[in-house]
Amino acid sequence: MSETNGNSKSKLHGIWALTNRELKKWYKAPVIFLLSIIQPVLWMGLLGKAMNIGALIPANIPGINPGAIMEQTLGTSDYFSFMAVGMIAFTALFTTMFSGMSVVWDRRLGFLNKALSTPVSRAVIIFSKVLSATLRSMFQAGIIIVIAVAFGLQFGATFTPLSILGVFAIMFLICVGLSSVFIAITIRSTRIETPMAVVSLINLPLMFASNAFFPTKFMPDWLQTIAQFNPLTYTTDAVRQLLIFNTNYTQLALDFAYVGIFAVIVAAIGIVLSWRFLSK
Amino acid sequence: MSEEIIKAEGLTKVFNRHLTAVDHVNFSVKHGEIFGFLGPNGAGKTTTINMLITILKPTEGRASVLGFDVAKQDSNVRDVIGVVPQEYTADEDLTGLENVLLCADLYGIPRNIAKERAMELLKLVELTDFNDKKVQTYSGGMRRRLELACGLINRPKVLFLDEPTLGLDVQTRIATWDYIRKLKKEYGMTLFMTTHYLEEADALCDRVAIIDRGKIIVVGTPEELKHSLGGDLITLAIKENEDVSGLIQKVEHVKEVRKEDGAYRIKAEIGEITTPFIIEALRKKGYTVTKLSLTEPTLNEVYLEYTGKSIRDVEESREAFAAQRMTMRRARQ
Repeated sequence: MSETNGNSKSKLHGIWALTNRELKKWYKAPVIFLLSIIQPVLWMGLLGKAMNIGALIPANIPGINPGAIMEQTLGTSDYFSFMAVGMIAFTALFTTMFSGMSVVWDRRLGFLNKALSTPVSRAVIIFSKVLSATLRSMFQAGIIIVIAVAFGLQFGATFTPLSILGVFAIMFLICVGLSSVFIAITIRSTRIETPMAVVSLINLPLMFASNAFFPTKFMPDWLQTIAQFNPLTYTTDAVRQLLIFNTNYTQLALDFAYVGIFAVIVAAIGIVLSWRFLSK
Repeated sequence: MSEEIIKAEGLTKVFNRHLTAVDHVNFSVKHGEIFGFLGPNGAGKTTTINMLITILKPTEGRASVLGFDVAKQDSNVRDVIGVVPQEYTADEDLTGLENVLLCADLYGIPRNIAKERAMELLKLVELTDFNDKKVQTYSGGMRRRLELACGLINRPKVLFLDEPTLGLDVQTRIATWDYIRKLKKEYGMTLFMTTHYLEEADALCDRVAIIDRGKIIVVGTPEELKHSLGGDLITLAIKENEDVSGLIQKVEHVKEVRKEDGAYRIKAEIGEITTPFIIEALRKKGYTVTKLSLTEPTLNEVYLEYTGKSIRDVEESREAFAAQRMTMRRARQ
């Protein structure tokens, strides 16, 4: 038996191993992987194509130009483009909210305790969950963009391939923030039902109290106020600015600032809470 | 060597301010021994082990592992210990080898060294032929061995085993004991384990601490504990209808004689030596022995003597219960 363990460790060692452990469950299981791609397609198809808001405006009445009306209300003449981009924020929400579930499973299966007894830092254990959810959402966002283009997404005039990087950047921020929230919520619960209940209580309200499917300016005042604080609103707006609108850079900077600050604050709170819980 | 590897002084854990799971426990574990915590479910065994492996912080008292304080120098402790939890923590979707390598990553062991060690350990627990099979195809015994291999990847100086054979059938359990003995021999490690199986403590442990309701009742080698009961139990009957209690009592090493239902129950030190002397003494006076049995006390009797009850399950947290049931279910797959 050697005297030294020969372990050269940095503070972050193990982060990729733990993140990859999560990701493997996803990309090594073809069915789950396929479903996670089909899901946004279904939603896009159902919401984007079924709710053809443009068709509500009769085109045969003289003096009414549906395209112009849509342009004025949605910022783009095509509801599908408007809505497909909303799907990206939607995916971020739905993927990250399940990141909490895997914490519950790891607790029940004893893996969490096992990891806690190894030299891996507590922060790494939590952050690997955040990171795996984030990487998954970013991958899905990429798929959505490809599929949306195939279905007829109309890019804005200012679109450049660089805008795609911007989309990934905003996705990264929102996913880090959201998954930290969901992990902090679930880390204390020992049963899978509790986080399920919490998640299903807040996901749809969070979704619809944003501009993902409908512009906030037509919402009642109280809902507008909520939407104004909802980070999903800013995420969606940022993605629209980047992909389908003529980019308003002031607005885009504001979106990034809001989502960035949200992510930093919430991730800090989430990680501190989880950390304190793990070192009880 | 009598170097103290683990030392606990007044170690206490109170949950939610009123539930005392471990109550001022003192013990020390010497270099190279297998030290067992024996007690029913809910006695505080897992809570103790969790404090020693730095998952839980002690409410009061202190404990050290290889001289490192478990509360203040927790990261030093984590570097030098190996842990085999009660649950099956291996990932079912990964192969045996991948699981061991994942554990190696958690210890920050470089890939080339990790691969070499993983193959060596898988050979030790005889899983080499299955190292590229997914864990979901493994039997309970194989999973347990895989957990052992994972717990050894950092070449620990102390290995902690929490209920190492929970849910396994008798044959697999005995085979697992052999693996544990082999590990101890090959790596010269110190082992700390918990169990609620009396035979397991007897077969495997060099020293046993009986724990009940968070307190250590008695510590000693299984032999010492059994002898502390006052020796073996000899039961005999004679053909004649006379009371020979006085005669038996005079035989050397006989401690106590009681006549029950026409038979004599004799407590004696070292029964296998004392018995011939008793028979000899009776025959000299012309009595004929018609029935004879010699039983050595088991840890079961020891347990009964010290706790006043048979090993039983007490109420415990729903979570711990669910985890244990899950382990047992998966063991039987």
